[in-house]
Amino acid sequence: MYDRTIAELSSALSRRECSSVELTQATLAAIEQASGLNAFITITAEQALAEAEAADARRADGEAGPLTGVPIAHKDIFCTEGVRTSCGSRMLDTFVPPYDAFVVEQLRAAGAVMVGKTNMDEFAMGSSNETSWYGPARNPWDPTTVPGGSSGGSAAAVAARLVPAATGTDTGGSIRQPAALTGISGLKPTYGRISRYGMIAFASSLDQAGPMATTAEDLALMLGAMAGFDERDSTCVDQSVPNYHGLLAEHGLKGLRIGLPREYFNTEGVDPEVASAIETAVAAMEAAGAQLKEISLPNTELAVPVYYVIAPAEASSNLSRFDGVRYGHRCSDPVDLEDLYKRSRGEGFGEEVKRRIMVGTYALSAGYYDAYYLKAQQVRRMIRDDFARAFDEVDVIAGPTAPTTAFGLGAKADDPVQMYLSDIFTIAVNLAGLPALSIPAGFGGGKPIGLQLIGNYFDEARLLGAAHGYQQITDWHMQRPSLEG
Amino acid sequence: MEWEAVIGLELHAQLATQTKIFSGASTAYGADANTQACAVDLGMPGVLPVLNARAVDFAIRLGLALDAEVAGRSVFARKNYFYPDLPKGYQISQYEIPVVGTGHLDIDLEDGSSKRIGVTRAHLEEDAGKSMHEGFGAMSGIDLNRAGTPLLEIVSEPDLRSAKEAVAYMKKMHSLVRYLGICDGNMQEGSFRCDANVSVRPVGREAFGTRTEIKNLNSFRFVERAINYEIERQIEVLEDGGSITQETRLYDPDRGETRPMRGKEEANDYRYFPDPDLLPLEITAEMIESVRSELPELPDAKRERFVSDYGLSNYDAGVLTSSRELADYFEQVALACADAKLAANWVMGELAGALNKTGTELADSPIDADRLAGLLKRILDETISGKIAKEVFEAMWQGEGDADTVIEAKGLKQVTDASAIEAMVDEVIAANPQQLEQYRAGKTKLMGFFVGQVMKASAGKANPAQVNEILKRRLDG
Repeated sequence: MYDRTIAELSSALSRRECSSVELTQATLAAIEQASGLNAFITITAEQALAEAEAADARRADGEAGPLTGVPIAHKDIFCTEGVRTSCGSRMLDTFVPPYDAFVVEQLRAAGAVMVGKTNMDEFAMGSSNETSWYGPARNPWDPTTVPGGSSGGSAAAVAARLVPAATGTDTGGSIRQPAALTGISGLKPTYGRISRYGMIAFASSLDQAGPMATTAEDLALMLGAMAGFDERDSTCVDQSVPNYHGLLAEHGLKGLRIGLPREYFNTEGVDPEVASAIETAVAAMEAAGAQLKEISLPNTELAVPVYYVIAPAEASSNLSRFDGVRYGHRCSDPVDLEDLYKRSRGEGFGEEVKRRIMVGTYALSAGYYDAYYLKAQQVRRMIRDDFARAFDEVDVIAGPTAPTTAFGLGAKADDPVQMYLSDIFTIAVNLAGLPALSIPAGFGGGKPIGLQLIGNYFDEARLLGAAHGYQQITDWHMQRPSLEG
Repeated sequence: MEWEAVIGLELHAQLATQTKIFSGASTAYGADANTQACAVDLGMPGVLPVLNARAVDFAIRLGLALDAEVAGRSVFARKNYFYPDLPKGYQISQYEIPVVGTGHLDIDLEDGSSKRIGVTRAHLEEDAGKSMHEGFGAMSGIDLNRAGTPLLEIVSEPDLRSAKEAVAYMKKMHSLVRYLGICDGNMQEGSFRCDANVSVRPVGREAFGTRTEIKNLNSFRFVERAINYEIERQIEVLEDGGSITQETRLYDPDRGETRPMRGKEEANDYRYFPDPDLLPLEITAEMIESVRSELPELPDAKRERFVSDYGLSNYDAGVLTSSRELADYFEQVALACADAKLAANWVMGELAGALNKTGTELADSPIDADRLAGLLKRILDETISGKIAKEVFEAMWQGEGDADTVIEAKGLKQVTDASAIEAMVDEVIAANPQQLEQYRAGKTKLMGFFVGQVMKASAGKANPAQVNEILKRRLDG
């Protein structure tokens, strides 16, 4: 029962085929059974059942929306009032926020039932979930491989059909890359589409919350609930929220102009299996009436180096607040202030976080600022201009989400640069602030392959329509891993 | 060798907004520790700053008052450093592009001339919290009530040449921010404080010497003393063949000297960069015009008007416009009694004296403007003399009622009845035949003696002009 899409569950609930309480119980049992995936950091069974009961009552009162009573999970980067929010870090292992993130408020208001908080790379820094203080989440398709990151727990939970949907955040690909590696759909909306309030910051100018689900249709339902203006986030854009779900049919593949960046297809680092799956997917869209056009994004290769200046720079400042003074990890018996800082932060943060804090601190230092941070900002504008030119000619841009399928646990853990390159196709989108999604588009060696579609600013409806259109003519998104005991 | 001091001031004015610059928490002073700090002020994870529009409005006011450019687009930056009372590990400030650009302020020098002091910039920033090192054993306490309080940092050009000029500039700015209603100017509560950059150079040399910065001066007197001490210290060092170290120093008011701050805190590289949580601050021409249209009359304009409309001296007008409250008080008295010069004399004389002597703020004066005007009217209509008026003022200050009540109760009404005065004059002349004889023999100086006797006989209430006239007539007759 529980392993269906939001759309299916919603109609089952409204037909009284099951109650939200029953659904939630089944979900909690499934999560328990799949604990080997390590997809969750915290399970909120008691609270979930109470919310499910309330959802059932709401439905009985005839006040239900499509998400009312549907179990979902939140990435453990979103603050939840009264529920520990760790951000995958020892630093926040005991942190219980006194407030909800905007995204949590929105989904709660829609009646969704939170069953738990999902595993993630520490402070969202990682592409494999291996930097989590709670150990890596595993890929349900092959538990010896990673689910991607940083929203790896959400991806694993949705891929294993433990929950129909989960929230994620995407700073350089953290929704799309794990979606690709676990064979699910994931959307990073336009920067500013969803308030960042209550979402623990990694790199403020790049971070964006978004939904992860099995279908584009469910992404539309989730985005409809998550989007909205919030005056508590000054970078949030006050723009009305379209009925994404209702618009799915309007934006099909017919007549859609799809741009294929040369730089995304003739790259050495891309697995041949991935390249061929994407070519097949693009051909299928053409057959369904889309027009293909080769385009160029000339500054593509600069995206990763630029990102690894800007993101760590912002992170080095954002993570300064974790000092052991007011909340979070505090070392035992500090002898003085410096000792308090050094040991609290030294013990509280993991290797990757420390690496990025140091890189970022360096990039902002007197004498290096112009050469690194300022230069990176200039190149960032060039990357944005590349996309702006491309969108003069095409409606969406297609390509692989990640250069490879899921890699083995530990395979890249000691080689940060190799790890960083797994985000080569997703990072530029964050630098430009554009919306993009990843949807399943085939398999290589039994492991899922993701197709990335990039849209213009606030053009999520068209992106979702194209993805939905593709999912009407393919069934990759319906493939599910077989879970062993 | 003759030396010249070069001084620039950084003034921090705490803006009189109800709420903090990036959160909705109250800015009221004196609450219990940490009761006025919300999640944003505490630097909790995931919460974000939202700019207080009122603080921007206040910055524009100052910009207009200093005849400065108000930036159409300015940028908030993060100043990164670790300190326990800085919750986020960075202070949100403005660095490369401040909201207020180049402007100026004219100050009065002691010789009566005025001097234009350049203002380099003014920028918005948030205050930090307070660390308390006493009462917590080996630990320190942190109070974050002040964290996030809006500040306007006003930076002058190094145009000041003496401690006196520096104080004059600071006083003028202090008066200005209060005129504008953007800062309560309460220096004891730290609402208005000063960092002074001081260097010295041989007279005639253009290049600046190495400067030191004296931090956190919170009274005019300390500013003057600290700068004077620092000037003398630097001259002494240089004359002994030494050199000045660029450093931050603190003034110790108990010992009257400045001392270097511990070196560690200066090794900070603040790693400024634009705050990605805040969009650039856009100020349109319409916003500026709307603020301009609501600007109060500024001190210099008011002073000129007092000179031209009320015929006051430039000096008196300057004193009376030194604060908006005083100017308003004076103007109310002047208009009510219709004699501006008399009003000016009483406000600057008796009233200022009484306030000073008792350490009372004008706002708490037991004699309000209407009552003082009521007293002056009685001088003008000759109900009482100026001398008696001082007695009445004293009684009014003690809370014995308005002028008429006091005059009535104490029977101080002036005697103007000519026949009554004539009778007193005749009595005095009759009682002093010897003096009368001497007077008539040419010792006319005795006139004063006779006046005194008559006034004494009338208990001071006889109209002095009439007494003079009648006496003269009788003595000479």
